[in-house]
Amino acid sequence: MSENQSIADKPAMPERKIVSQHIIEFVSDAGEGAQTAGQCLGTISAKMGNGIWTVEIIPAEVEPPRRSRAGASGNRVRIGSKTVTNAGDQADLVVAFNEQVLYSRFDVGALREGTIILLDNVWQSSDDPNIQKEFEDACADFRNRKADIRFVPFEAETKKIIRDPRHGKNVWALGLICAIYDRDIKLAENEITRKFAKKSQEIVDANLRLLHAGYDWAMQNMDLRFSIPAHSAPVPQIVVNGNIALALGIMASGIEVCSMYPITPATSISHYLAEAFPKMGCVVHQAEDEIAAIGFAIGASFAGKTPVTITSGPGLALKNEFMALAIMAELPLVVVIVQRGGPSTGLPTRVEQGDLLSALYAQPGDAPKIVMAPSTHEECFRFVITARKLAETFRTPVIILSDANLATGQQPIPRPSPKASWFAPPIDLSDWDESVPPFEWDPETGLSQRPIPGQKNGNYVVTGLAHDQAGHVAYESSINEKALQARSRKLATLQHALKSPQIHGDPNGGDLLVVGWGSPRGAIEEAVDTLRAQGINVSSVTLKFLSPLEPGLKEIFSKFKHILCVEMNYSDPKEFNDARRYSQLCTILRSHTLCDIDCWSHVRGIPLTPKDIEKAILDHINCSC
Amino acid sequence: MSITDWTLEPRMREFELGDYIGAAPRWCPSCGNHTVLKCLQKLCKELNLPPEKTVVVSGIGCSSRLPHHMGTYGFHSLHGRALPVACGIRARRPDLSIFVVTGDGDCCAIGAGHWLHALRYNMKMTVLLLDNNIYGLTKKQTSPTTPAHTKTNTHPNGAPLDPVNPLATAISMTNASFIAQCVDWLPEHLYYTLLRAQAYPGLAFIRIRQRCPHFMKGHLDAFINDINKVQLLVDDNGVDPGSLLQTHHAVEHDPTNFDKAMTMAQQNDPIPLGLLYLNENALHYDAFTQKGIVTSEEEKLATLEAEFDKFAIV
Repeated sequence: MSENQSIADKPAMPERKIVSQHIIEFVSDAGEGAQTAGQCLGTISAKMGNGIWTVEIIPAEVEPPRRSRAGASGNRVRIGSKTVTNAGDQADLVVAFNEQVLYSRFDVGALREGTIILLDNVWQSSDDPNIQKEFEDACADFRNRKADIRFVPFEAETKKIIRDPRHGKNVWALGLICAIYDRDIKLAENEITRKFAKKSQEIVDANLRLLHAGYDWAMQNMDLRFSIPAHSAPVPQIVVNGNIALALGIMASGIEVCSMYPITPATSISHYLAEAFPKMGCVVHQAEDEIAAIGFAIGASFAGKTPVTITSGPGLALKNEFMALAIMAELPLVVVIVQRGGPSTGLPTRVEQGDLLSALYAQPGDAPKIVMAPSTHEECFRFVITARKLAETFRTPVIILSDANLATGQQPIPRPSPKASWFAPPIDLSDWDESVPPFEWDPETGLSQRPIPGQKNGNYVVTGLAHDQAGHVAYESSINEKALQARSRKLATLQHALKSPQIHGDPNGGDLLVVGWGSPRGAIEEAVDTLRAQGINVSSVTLKFLSPLEPGLKEIFSKFKHILCVEMNYSDPKEFNDARRYSQLCTILRSHTLCDIDCWSHVRGIPLTPKDIEKAILDHINCSC
Repeated sequence: MSITDWTLEPRMREFELGDYIGAAPRWCPSCGNHTVLKCLQKLCKELNLPPEKTVVVSGIGCSSRLPHHMGTYGFHSLHGRALPVACGIRARRPDLSIFVVTGDGDCCAIGAGHWLHALRYNMKMTVLLLDNNIYGLTKKQTSPTTPAHTKTNTHPNGAPLDPVNPLATAISMTNASFIAQCVDWLPEHLYYTLLRAQAYPGLAFIRIRQRCPHFMKGHLDAFINDINKVQLLVDDNGVDPGSLLQTHHAVEHDPTNFDKAMTMAQQNDPIPLGLLYLNENALHYDAFTQKGIVTSEEEKLATLEAEFDKFAIV
């Protein structure tokens, strides 16, 4: 049934309210498919030309107990008329399959007064009086919180079409949302067909019936109608999450070996790669542990194939000894770290930016390496291509610090056009010039060329011991200092080649400059735009290189009255005075620039929101004035 | 010429022993490491392996200094971690000859996890366990293969546990395929074992019982002084015993029989020498990692386009 027919059936249709953006959430018990519904809504909207950003709501377990707050699973989808750069503040509308999972959203402050809640009321008539009571109590509580609750019979309506509503109410709900938000039902059909393509035709057909049933039910029974007009993107786009963007970047970079060990939230990179990489003649090696994963990568690197290894914070901790070897032996290597909450096992599925200092300093001794942080999905893709080249030019590991927010959020990005120049050239096995030692450190740049096994006359021994230019073990003080200097100089050389970072706002200066890195960029810039529109003289800058730092920071900082680092890792409040520990980027920038830089950070395991940041900026300006 | 050959040699090069000799060793005089080094150099010469196509990988410890003394490419890696590095080298380079040198602490303690998994990967390389039953470089600490009651700096009243049996452990690992044993005082047998290993298409693991004149003075003397305390294993599939057959006791041993191999691995006296276990049906992980190494740039670009299309907004 087409949309037009539905509308014709219901002549007294309410008018659609045009909104520039809305935040919609689906929450359910794990296994009820709320994530699928959210992803589909995101993709459909992106295909309609809307800006989108999606965030997964993930429980820590595979199948946690049903009807529990901690077991909430789902997806937040922010849809806008223009490009959307972050997950936004509180939700405008939530689909919840039970009241307990809904509680989890109140708990994290994801909902506000007036948030429209479409709640399944099947629990009202539960056989279990306890459940009935829990439901009634919760609804009373939600009303006290001034939520706009509307009961929707998700389960009852789904049961009319299939036997087990747990495997269908998500798509029925998607249909409902498509009706409420004027989504193109043809695109929705295509998405459902694509999503279930690997299943039987029977399952595809059942889901298409569910989609239409949800759609029609909303048209006939609900008075909610919104429209989010799309500003179609002028260029062809692809819709990816950050992990897929990294995986595509790995494929495009000419890297042939991905060596990994499963760890949340990084693993989905290798899930996709394991399928796609062999088609390019490349290999994903699942090692026996994190240490072996980087060891294998380093072996491949020594043999001439710059590899990538993928991990998260705890995995990085295990890899540090090998990381130091790669730095000492000057072997190129790309290390992707998708950060999660720490320390220790921490919050495996939640976001944090707590691994910056460990990426920079956790190895034994002085271990300079390149560290980059993508702040958008497009950068996730592009930075890998750059990282492989930097690793080879500078003979060093390059760390790419992503995070769980980028990893799981979906966003449209311009479709890249593959270029042969992205790929690595074949291994050069021509004869090595015997007069050139394997570590011929240039005194100015620290750079040198390395022989690859197979190159005649290049024979040398890689060692983690202190060594001279010939690679021979050397304990002499002067040689050790010279070697450390050469490895350090490489970072200075790279810094000279980098540009100063661009200011979002007013490059000439102002009252306050927010400094950030990684995924909070979208929320930071949105907050800055909102405040600037209110006449507040605030700007922001996002650092893409953390080691070496981009040049000119001190000069940029000097133009602003206050500098505030905003990031997702721990910092003490100001009241701690001398004992205060600053956030991680702040710590680095204070030492680097000797400027009195302040910080505002949180470690709630959820992305920073524009509202949080606005408040932090205003608080800072007000209390500093 | 097969498709996996990376270079075309215009003419056959002849190498001399000197081509395989690197920096002079600094091991104690009469350390077993010297014998292993010489046998390895002789093997390279005998097989005329191009030094630039030969890689010796090691971990950390006395024996792991060996790559520095070879004239080939070498990788002196981290304590216990030689095998992941060697597997990574092998991953995309079928053209290289790879040797791994590891000690009893390196292999059976800190690197034990990698050891078992490398045996299972069964990628083509020769792995030499230089087992002197003690930590030497760090000065006489108990190693996993130190006999019980041996007094060491970490167990001054004697090692509290029976030692690990590296042979039985290796044979028991799923997909392990070539497990042999040698002793450092019979270099001819070691040489023939290396020769057999080098011709083998998977991971050949050779445990070498070895003296440590400094910290385990005389601990193998009983075996060295009595030729009846070693036993040559003879089989068509096994190691050529060479001239030792005329002087030493020999027994028939079918290395393809797992139970017999396990029984032989438990035999401490006399020491069985040669190929204890052979499983030519074991799968090779290099067949997986080397798939597609000749994929052309055009094919890669086409795949990339197709993958982008999967995520495209139409």
